[in-house]
Amino acid sequence: MSSLQSLDIAARSATTTATPQARHTPEVAKLIDVSSCIGCKACQVACMQWNDLRDEVGVNVGYLDNPPDLTPKSWTVMQFHEVEMKQPDQSTRLEWLIRKDGCMHCADPGCLKACPSPGAIVRYSNGIVDFISENCIGCGNCVTGCPFDIPRLSRTDNKAYKCSLCSDRVAVNLEPACAKACPTGAIRFGTKEDMLEFGAERVAELKQRGFVQPAIYNPEGVGGTHVMYVLQHGDQPEIVGLPAHPTISPLVGLWKGLAKPLAAVAMVGAVLAGFFHYMKVGPLEVEEDEEDESREDRRKRENQSMEVK
Amino acid sequence: MARLIRRYSDGTRINHWMVALLFLCAGLTGLAIFHPVFWFFTALFGGGTWTKILHPFFGLLMVLGFVFLFFQVWRDNLWQPRDSEWMRRSPRLLRGDEDAMPPIGKYNAGQKGVFWLFAVCLLVLFVTGFVFWQPYFANAFPILLRRIAVLLHAIAAFLLILGVIIHVYAAIWVKGSVRAMTRGWVTPAWARRHHPLWYRQVNGDQ
Repeated sequence: MSSLQSLDIAARSATTTATPQARHTPEVAKLIDVSSCIGCKACQVACMQWNDLRDEVGVNVGYLDNPPDLTPKSWTVMQFHEVEMKQPDQSTRLEWLIRKDGCMHCADPGCLKACPSPGAIVRYSNGIVDFISENCIGCGNCVTGCPFDIPRLSRTDNKAYKCSLCSDRVAVNLEPACAKACPTGAIRFGTKEDMLEFGAERVAELKQRGFVQPAIYNPEGVGGTHVMYVLQHGDQPEIVGLPAHPTISPLVGLWKGLAKPLAAVAMVGAVLAGFFHYMKVGPLEVEEDEEDESREDRRKRENQSMEVK
Repeated sequence: MARLIRRYSDGTRINHWMVALLFLCAGLTGLAIFHPVFWFFTALFGGGTWTKILHPFFGLLMVLGFVFLFFQVWRDNLWQPRDSEWMRRSPRLLRGDEDAMPPIGKYNAGQKGVFWLFAVCLLVLFVTGFVFWQPYFANAFPILLRRIAVLLHAIAAFLLILGVIIHVYAAIWVKGSVRAMTRGWVTPAWARRHHPLWYRQVNGDQ
């Protein structure tokens, strides 16, 4: 999506004034039910087709993940995790956990916090975090800021890309292309409230089916997300490649939180301090008579050296 | 007119001003992408994208220029016992009482401190800058390292800029210093007043 004309922007990168937010929209969310995903990649294809992206034809690396990671042209990618899960009787059971990777659309986005370009990253009031490419300067700070390692900087145009949650479709009341294409209903889209409610039902069903700790993945550390997962093993999100407690790195927090305003104030303050010091104390000048004195000195010295000669 | 004393050679002065101009460019482009209140500096460099592209090159050239400057002046900036004494008494100098200060050579402790601050900050900026330089080098480093690097880069840049503010102010404050770096010479009285040991040294009558 382009520009700031949507009038419902809750946050905008590198901006110290209010954002255009005359309109308010309900929070939306995508719920990805890992337990009912069959790994068909219809979502990946739908994403590619709707956004009209054609990634390079890659090389098969020996398993189903293809391409093996997100790229500037593959905004969503299926990750296949083969996991040996311990059973109550200490035996193990192979589980094939398939997760659709992509932007989480954080309520507190690390990319937006780290971005130095005004309006290059926006968060709409419906929760979607979008990259506005015309404002992107290609610095890669969004990559540094993201707790989920999602944005990818293109080698061809030096712009960062990621899933937009089909903000263009959502703006006209359509669901994201991936949700539309999913044949098993593993991807659902609606208001965040509805998705949490539906997810809770799925978690209850999974419990009945014998899973010990199924859960909704909606991590608090980033203020919750607008892409959520139903995980069979909600106590160990790491086994499907999700961080257990994602937060904006304290390094990034310090850099773009406290350091930024403090440093600006200190630098401007130092200039002002110098200005007023000069007004109060005045310059260190060499007096006229000192010039004369040193001339006198020189004469003496020259006389001395004459005497020596 | 008293005999003038040469303080900086043509080469040193040109080198100094090249570094100064590059500092200005690297500093303004860096500030523009550090805090939104400085974003308007991008207008001087052809917009945000050009600012981002140019910044690392300005920085690299500045570091390169400083290396030459460093080797010209580092010996005169070695710390000596009297520098610690000068530092202890420096608050009195700030109140304008230069007579309270111990005699010093070519550089006083404040100048030496600023010089070493520049050297250390530029080294940190140089090393960390590569770690998140898009699109050439950043992808070779893990994201955690890039996070550490951007923070160190910002801290070093902040200290460097503070050092430059002090450096520039001191030059304006001590009359005759700017002329030393623009024209290369100072008056004997200036040298005797601010750098008596250096004055004696250049006059060869210690």
